[in-house]
Order: sequence, then structure tokens, then C-alpha cells
Amino acid sequence: MKNEMELLFDAISDNEGFARVAVSAFVAGANPTLEELADIKTAVSEAVTNSIIHGYENLYGYGGAKGQPADRSRINPGKVRVHCLLEGDMLHILVRDEGKGIEDLERAMEPLYTTKPELERSGMGFAFMEAFMDDLEVESEPGKGTTVRMKKKIGVGDWIDRED
Amino acid sequence: MEQITTEDFQVIDNCLMIRLPEEVDHHRAGFICENADRLLCRENVCNVVFDFENTRFMDSSGIGIIMGRQRKIACFGGRVYIIHADRQIRRILSISGLERIVEVLES
Repeated sequence: MKNEMELLFDAISDNEGFARVAVSAFVAGANPTLEELADIKTAVSEAVTNSIIHGYENLYGYGGAKGQPADRSRINPGKVRVHCLLEGDMLHILVRDEGKGIEDLERAMEPLYTTKPELERSGMGFAFMEAFMDDLEVESEPGKGTTVRMKKKIGVGDWIDRED
Repeated sequence: MEQITTEDFQVIDNCLMIRLPEEVDHHRAGFICENADRLLCRENVCNVVFDFENTRFMDSSGIGIIMGRQRKIACFGGRVYIIHADRQIRRILSISGLERIVEVLES
């Protein structure tokens, strides 16, 4: 079975939930385990959040900065593209932005490294994508944007059998 | 989906209890951090309890929230406790290594 879909949405934090729920609904047809579905949602959330915060520098989520609602006029325009391809039991996810790109990709991929410590984020975005998906590739060009490609085999987990 | 409100932050004795929303992500992180920090500096709080009872999803933003509060209270000898974490939340906590610096309580 082959199935494909693409989403294009504004780079604002309101769309983080939408993106991961849409991807998880798309994948549901391929009979993933609950654990796989949770993993995919987390990985998509990480990639999309990175595009919004780092690619387009729309830093504040719900509540905005210092308790003020996010000022819509100060939101940097930009779109995030999420493309999913299901080929048999292999899921390919591509998350692309045309934001500012990553200067030092090697450092960016290091766990706990963050260019925005003031946001008190964990610096574990790429580490989570790597942990939750089977394969991760990142391409980035400063000033042009970043593309994240992830792969995961669906329907191989054993959530139910593995009671610990 | 129910949104988190200021009612989800309560100070009981020297403990700040935070009832987290259904989904803990970057979109909601700002609100959680600001409200938590407001109470942390105003009240005489030394421990923070994150209640995951209603939470079905968390990404690395949630790890950032917990790490940030832990850092703030650790210098006064405070501790962070996590309660009602389901299987998926526990996996995230364990992959991040956070399990070693906060107390995950069995429910």
C-alpha cells in the first residue's frame, strides 16, 4: 500500500498540536502500535517546534512573553511543510521550513545543546527524534532553511507483550 | 481540549502543585513556566510537584519545563516530584535522563 499526504501551515505554536495529530491520524490506517503512534507524535512535535522557534524565531507559545498574549503583528511570517509517505510498513516524514537554517549542524544535534538557553528548553529535540524514529537526516543551509527527514517502520512494536 | 488555567497551580504548605494539561508542548510551556515561577518567588515554596494525571502527550518542551524548575529550587534544597505519569511519559522521562534528578513517584 502506498499513501501520501502533505500539510502546509503557518509557523505558529498553535499549529504544533494540529501537525502531530494530523500525522498520527494519517498513520493510523497502517495499524501502528500505540507506542509507535506516540513515538511518531513526539518526533513530529520536535521537528515542527524546531522550525517554529529556531527556523522562524516565533519564540513564544500560548500566553506569549511575560504573561502577555502573543502579539500577532510580531509573528514572523513563514510556513512549515510536513510531508508523509507510507510505503507498505515504512513511514517517511519530511518536515521543511524556509527559515534561517542551522549554522553548526553537528553541535545542534548534540543532546542538551541549545542556541536559546533563555527559553529554558531542554536541547533534546534532535535526540528525541533520533530516539523515537529509526532514521534521521537533517539538511540545512543558513539563510535558506532546514529539512528534516525521518523514517520509521510501522507495526513492529510489541507494546502489549512487553509488560515490565 | 481543556486548557490549563491559573487554578491548576496551587501552593499547599511548602509545595507547589502543578496540574499539567492534556498535552505538554512548546505551545503551552510559556504559560506553565511563567505561572510556576511567579509562585516560586512569591510564596515560600521549596518543592514542586508535577501532576501528570490528565497528560497524554509530552515532548522535549516538557523536559525543559521540569529541568528549569528543578534548577531554580535545587539551590534552596528543594525537590521536584512527578506523580501519575503514564507509561509514555515515563519513557520520555527515562530517555531524557531526568529520572535521575527528579523523584518519580509510583501511583
